[in-house]
Amino acid sequence: SGTMAAGFKTAEPVEYYRSFLKENCRPDGRELGEFRVTTLNIGSLSTADGSALVKVGNTTVICGVKGELAAPTSEAPDQGFIVPNLELPPLCSPRFRPGPPGEQAQAASQFLADVIDSSHIIALQDLCIEKGKLAWVLYCDLMCLDYDGNILDACSIALLAALQNLTLPKVGVSKETGLAQVTVQERLPVKVGNYPVSTSFSIFDGTVLLVDPTDEEEALSCGMVTIVTDEEDQLCAVHKPGGSPLSAEQMQDCVTRAVQRGAEVRRLLHETLKSVGR
Amino acid sequence: MAAPMDTDTWDRDEVEEVDEEEAAGPPLRAVGCEQQPLSRPDGSASFTQGDTAVLAAVYGPAEVRVSREQSDRATLEVILKPKTGLPGVLEKSQEQFVRGVLEATLLSSLHPRTSITLVLQVVHDAGALLACCVSAACMALADAGLALRCLFCGVACAIARDGTIGLDPDARAEKEGRALVTLALDSSGKNVLASSTKGRLDATEYQRCLALSREASTKVFEFYRDSISRRYSKC
Repeated sequence: SGTMAAGFKTAEPVEYYRSFLKENCRPDGRELGEFRVTTLNIGSLSTADGSALVKVGNTTVICGVKGELAAPTSEAPDQGFIVPNLELPPLCSPRFRPGPPGEQAQAASQFLADVIDSSHIIALQDLCIEKGKLAWVLYCDLMCLDYDGNILDACSIALLAALQNLTLPKVGVSKETGLAQVTVQERLPVKVGNYPVSTSFSIFDGTVLLVDPTDEEEALSCGMVTIVTDEEDQLCAVHKPGGSPLSAEQMQDCVTRAVQRGAEVRRLLHETLKSVGR
Repeated sequence: MAAPMDTDTWDRDEVEEVDEEEAAGPPLRAVGCEQQPLSRPDGSASFTQGDTAVLAAVYGPAEVRVSREQSDRATLEVILKPKTGLPGVLEKSQEQFVRGVLEATLLSSLHPRTSITLVLQVVHDAGALLACCVSAACMALADAGLALRCLFCGVACAIARDGTIGLDPDARAEKEGRALVTLALDSSGKNVLASSTKGRLDATEYQRCLALSREASTKVFEFYRDSISRRYSKC
């Protein structure tokens, strides 16, 4: 009957899924509201100023943060910059081709930039070294190594963990020469002011909400919802790029579940940081 | 391509306006729409909300490259052109937003192995741009005579620093506010087709924005009806 089931899955993937959902479970054994095992490795890259590797089930994302010096803009002379960029290389899934970033990678990068902006994860003023002259630019490069759905959640956790891990060399501006002086020996952490965590749902048949969808579930679903909550349970993003319509009650249900998931992930993050000793 | 609003190429009689004083309910800026301002595309519409103006054009169902062809539905493509400069990452994410709305509402399975392209040209951004793009897209698709499951519209709400929620913010309210919520709602159940937020807000505020937007969408759908019925009564 194993081959029968495989044949059923190939011929009628949606019907196959429905037969599981009727029993309130999914083909991988999870309940509808259950997340995959999430693991976190902090400080995995020695060449980056801060880094983290996150696995949500099979989905794997690595994030490296690099600090560089630049001049602040004239509109915001007391602020630094945080520039996130997600790469979805062909190595992570056959759906991606080599070449310039596709729409999905660009939209995800914009999503991360919006989350950084909305949640004040790091106060941009903290990145300013000398007003109008010198500030830090944090290049947050994210790379997906294995694409098995729910990329936004994995990216948001990886970004947050890498920023927690980040240390920057001490920099001062010399009074006589007016040039930047970098003390490489002395490294200081950057204060992380908020802990936004993203939670994604895929909408199946317009009514069922599956939490933490796999790649397969994303392909069969008709739309996704991603909600980002922070430590004070405020919403930093309610992101639904199209898909089948949801009622106000369904949206509220997503928010409630996202708040719970946020607390779980923050607990995992704090525990991992404690075990690493930072 | 986009003619400025004050030249003679725009037939002003065709632009109907709803004044916020006359209509009851929550205040929206004056809404205007002209269908088929362009002759070459299969369907086009210019949509204005206050000073925000977007020009939308639809091509299709037309030929599609084999690599992008889908055997069970039409391939949808949305192109958003900013007023100045080159499109960047922000435009890509806005394109994704609008395309998601089209995927949910357009009966694309009626035209398999074809492409349907929607081009949105920003004429002026004075707040609530994405909402205006969504409404412009709906009117352009209707003008092209493509089958839709239901109509849809975009509504934006800004939450000010003191917590008051303002519908359809202008550029200043958008910039000075604490958060901005843009929703795309369908006409059949007034449910959320798409949602995008900026800034921090709590769950109650989001629900209040949603309730206000649903109320406001009634007015937009009424406007669609007026606009289209006036258009067809002319010929």
